[in-house]
Amino acid sequence: MALHVVGTLDELPPGTRKIVEVDGRSIGIFNVAGEFLAIRNRCPHQGAPLCLGEQFGVLESDEPGRYTLRRPGEMVRCPWHGWEFDLRTGQSWFDPERTRVRRYDVKVGEDGRQPGPYVAETYPVAHDRTHVYVEL
Amino acid sequence: MIPGATVIDVDVHNHPASVEDLVPYLDDHWREYLAKTAFAGPPDSAYPPAAPNTGAAPAEVLGDRTRLEEAALGSGDAERAVLSCTYAVESIHNPYAAQAMAAAANDWQAREWLAGDGGGRLGASIVVASQDPDLAAEEIDRVAGTPGFVQVLLPLRSAVPYGNRRFRPIFAAAARHGLVVALHYGGSPGNPPTASGWPSYYAEQYAGMAAIAQTQLTSLIAEGLFDLLPTLRVTVAEAGFCWVPQWLWRADKDWQMLGREIPWVRSPPHEYVRRHVRFSLRPIDGPTDPQALARVVEETEPIHLGSLLMYASDFPHAHGDDEDLRFLDLVSPATRDRILHDTAAAWYPFSERS
Ligand code: FES
Repeated sequence: MALHVVGTLDELPPGTRKIVEVDGRSIGIFNVAGEFLAIRNRCPHQGAPLCLGEQFGVLESDEPGRYTLRRPGEMVRCPWHGWEFDLRTGQSWFDPERTRVRRYDVKVGEDGRQPGPYVAETYPVAHDRTHVYVEL
Repeated sequence: MIPGATVIDVDVHNHPASVEDLVPYLDDHWREYLAKTAFAGPPDSAYPPAAPNTGAAPAEVLGDRTRLEEAALGSGDAERAVLSCTYAVESIHNPYAAQAMAAAANDWQAREWLAGDGGGRLGASIVVASQDPDLAAEEIDRVAGTPGFVQVLLPLRSAVPYGNRRFRPIFAAAARHGLVVALHYGGSPGNPPTASGWPSYYAEQYAGMAAIAQTQLTSLIAEGLFDLLPTLRVTVAEAGFCWVPQWLWRADKDWQMLGREIPWVRSPPHEYVRRHVRFSLRPIDGPTDPQALARVVEETEPIHLGSLLMYASDFPHAHGDDEDLRFLDLVSPATRDRILHDTAAAWYPFSERS
């Protein structure tokens, strides 16, 4: 494990992202409301540049027509096929494999959603007063 | 019938031979209304009288329990049967007349079909004026306690898809009473029987039913009806079944990409189907090679059709598919038992009556 400088604090204000190359890997660094999150820029489904996708909050509903939006900006949607990944854990929530693997065991998460089998790589990010670092 | 097997037939048609059958079950006002006006009950029928697939059974057979049992169930091959009374009250524009005719049809069934059915061999369908969901729900509440009613019958076609909020009272009432809702071939006149307007011929309308069934099931899932009513059970009757896997391939995929619009839908559509939907066997819309049909029933993804099908004769309607039943000898014994008996036995709230 080593810390790699990926940019200065100034170039990553809240709500922005930066795609960097570290050890031959393309990684997206996201500043979500002051917190830095990093995820591999490669969709585990078919390899799309995941970090070019739109960011969304976690949308939940306990009844048709009622919506609760939590954790704004913490999900990224793959630009190719629209599956959503959690920027904190890399967990996908829409599971394409369930349509093919009949005996797939479905686990229901805390909030009632079902985690998919695809998980994108995430990395710890640190920063000091001037620079942002990713660890890998 | 299927020799030597214990069978539940989930689609046998009973129907008043004429509106006269229902007169004893109408109140004074509606009796006078029938006598003194041109009104003669539903102006429409799902089945054109002389069409070859309507079948040749005389109206008197469909209107008489003993004769229908003899004609459709034979000498005891079918352990039980579910009656589908497609009395087309949805084609009556006066909502109170529609409700009165529906109630009369239900009381007629209760008295003349269920009360005398000592062994509890028959399950009947509650007729409702689906064009007015509140009245329909009241009617379900009124008769659901009568032993022998096992489902609520809705015509497959509706003015807007059934997942729409306006229909919730009907589905909620059925779920409340533990009744199945059957979406059965037929439907609301005044609305085209295809998704793209009016066809020219009955042949088009009949063949188009599978597409409407897909629309209705997609709607029930997308509008969250099964999330709101976790015990709801829906039978799609007389609309075929080989389209189910193909529809689900598409529906599952679209849910993955578009599901954010309907966040209350938390599982892929095929999981809702597995939990909440079953299909009647007739008409058989599969390959004519029985081996190929057996493979479709046993092997398709994302869902095992053999666990969703329930035997149906669709008496008196004729589909020319008796030969196709040979596939039943080529599926596994467990699948065969499910189709002929087990799935329906667990699905319908049959009651033992004495
Ligand atoms: S490549 Fe990302 S969803 Fe398919």
